[in-house]
Amino acid sequence: MTEKMAIVLFSGTVDKLLPVGILASGAVAMDMEVDIFATFWGLAALRKDMLTSNMRISKDFEDMAGPMMQMMQKKNVQPWFETLKKAKELGNVRVHACAMTYDLMGLKKEDLADFVDDVVAVGEFIEMAREAKITLFI
Amino acid sequence: MSTQPVKADRTIDARGSYCPGPLMELIKAIKEAKVGEVVAVYSSDSGSRRDIPLWVNKAKHEMLGIMDREGFAELVVRKSH
Repeated sequence: MTEKMAIVLFSGTVDKLLPVGILASGAVAMDMEVDIFATFWGLAALRKDMLTSNMRISKDFEDMAGPMMQMMQKKNVQPWFETLKKAKELGNVRVHACAMTYDLMGLKKEDLADFVDDVVAVGEFIEMAREAKITLFI
Repeated sequence: MSTQPVKADRTIDARGSYCPGPLMELIKAIKEAKVGEVVAVYSSDSGSRRDIPLWVNKAKHEMLGIMDREGFAELVVRKSH
């Protein structure tokens, strides 16, 4: 059976979303499956209207937001969701929307990015994470 | 690892792409290539020199060479299966 990595994606700031795409790519490259449970700000960041407009970075490094975004643009760094989409093309990466957040924020399927696979409740995600070799909270 | 120059059947220019971009592009190209074909990837990212041989080894392909070019590395891989 293929080994698995599970990620709880809680954060919605670009500096934390970037490693999610990168880590998912690395896992796929090294022949692992990935289950991402997007909850709270992590799910809010997956709204279609948030994907390209999201310029937030962690509060601790708030003063770095401008220079970081400029540097990333200048150096042509791929947006985090493009990295994630490429990982999905190459391997088995599933993005699950947290059911609680989905209801709380009154979201509909069409509000979310096309690469979101389904809406999953916490119990089901725990069963996925139970089988995972690596579980991350980001 | 051979030092003989090998002609690549396809070359991917992944210069300017950050980790793990070059690795992901190589994996895609290897998937598309025929068994026995040689794929070269140009990378300017500092992770590729470690990650690409690691992947090649794990995926049981053949690392033919890592060459220093001006400001980038050329990594040459043969698809073994």
